[in-house]
Amino acid sequence: MNDTVAVARGVSWRVLHTFFTNPAFLLPSLAFPLFFFTAFAGGLSRVSQIPGFDFPTGYTAFQFVFVLLQSAAFAGVFTGFGIARDFESGFMRRLMLAAPNRSGILLGYSFSALVRWLTVASVVTAVALLARMKIGGGGVDLFALYTLALLLNLAGTLWATGVAMRLRTQQAAPVMQMPVFLLLFFAPVYVPLDLLQGWIHGVASVNPITPLLEAGRGFISGAPELALASFAIAAGLIAGFCFWAVRGLRSAEAAG
Amino acid sequence: MSPSLVQAATLGRRAIVRTARQPANVIFPLIFPMLLLAVNAGGLRSATRLPGFPTDSFLAFALAVPFVQGALLATINANVEFARDIQTGFLNRLALTPVRGIVLLVGQLGGLITIAVVQGVFYLVVALAFGVRLASGVGGAVMLLLLEVAIALGFAALGSWAALRTGSTEAVQGLFPVFFVFLFLSSMNMPRNLIQTDWFRWVATINPVSYLIEAVRSLVIEGWNGEALGLGFAAAGGLSLFGFALATHALWRRLERT
Repeated sequence: MNDTVAVARGVSWRVLHTFFTNPAFLLPSLAFPLFFFTAFAGGLSRVSQIPGFDFPTGYTAFQFVFVLLQSAAFAGVFTGFGIARDFESGFMRRLMLAAPNRSGILLGYSFSALVRWLTVASVVTAVALLARMKIGGGGVDLFALYTLALLLNLAGTLWATGVAMRLRTQQAAPVMQMPVFLLLFFAPVYVPLDLLQGWIHGVASVNPITPLLEAGRGFISGAPELALASFAIAAGLIAGFCFWAVRGLRSAEAAG
Repeated sequence: MSPSLVQAATLGRRAIVRTARQPANVIFPLIFPMLLLAVNAGGLRSATRLPGFPTDSFLAFALAVPFVQGALLATINANVEFARDIQTGFLNRLALTPVRGIVLLVGQLGGLITIAVVQGVFYLVVALAFGVRLASGVGGAVMLLLLEVAIALGFAALGSWAALRTGSTEAVQGLFPVFFVFLFLSSMNMPRNLIQTDWFRWVATINPVSYLIEAVRSLVIEGWNGEALGLGFAAAGGLSLFGFALATHALWRRLERT
């Protein structure tokens, strides 16, 4: 157990040191969620006047939940990029030789992804509050919202880690990124599910991210819905991707 | 044919072949803008019910975005390769040959523009297949491709400047989010007169990317709108001239250093 924690601490320190000291990593992680938030909440606020749009706390809060969940998932994906980079540079090979318990490697990357996301989430939340976002939910609701995002962050990290461990190249970036992007954007991003029309309504209805998004919007508006279902889905995603990541680690070990 | 033209054609062909040999550089700029178009057209379809929205098809409204976004993606990919030429010393070796600097730049831009036109045709075919009809007709399709060339030239000139100035693939890749800021803070998802947030509408108004998008959009949903086209070509031309001047200066400095 001590070995696992020691490895995890070393890995996460290294990742976080690189993240916080290199603007090339820090800035895109911060910039993309802010772009999305600005473009959607600022540029599309008129969408709240579409007949049938009845989100109580306004369009800024409506979009904030999406951006929060998107930043959580993508903090995990960006961590996967770093793992792939570590494979290409040869660092991972040395790390695997040196680590007495390799599960600590997964733990370390997951912890660093969590800290990365918390940093981004703090900035996005501050910007949203500066933009006078209305919050209808209480402390418990907001705690549930951020916990849900945190679980999605973990699921995203485990997914990207599994891919990086199997493909071991930075060229795998689209494989990590695209499915996450599609899942997020095939959910009700701009309007509630009821207002979606055509094929995207069908896709969004079966998309596992949709309940997470709807639950998150319920939390921020103070009218929770689908809370249990969303946490169950998040737990399921984590369990599945944990298995995927561990098998990926074994695959990387076997590849030498 | 003059030697300069032959040299430019050779370098342009090299840029195209090099891109074609990297499937990720071909497929991503084709597929990603189409995916984003599908997502936006599906998700924002109900926005066409807003009073004053200029069309009842959000797909037609949003079709302009892939044209600009595709030009951006092609520019980034091509100029990353251009920066790699600098990093690997190809440009230095070329400087020892009789090839003139300006020919090098024209060849590089020519290759990229060819790729952008192929992308433009692809986007147009997909849109037509999904039921979009150009209000400006067949002539509008030709004008759309000309506009795509102008847009690609504008971004490409700026990208070439970044490649020549820094000589770093990472630095050129770092332009990606910078260019995307301009795309996101434009009228890409909503007509400017319907943007509710004052500061956003102001930013979108001074953002040249809004005029590029609106020029393409006018051909799709309005027909022949001289003002929109004029502003679009002016914005693209301005970017091209500005970028080309910077790139020429950077090329001169780089060749001088070698």
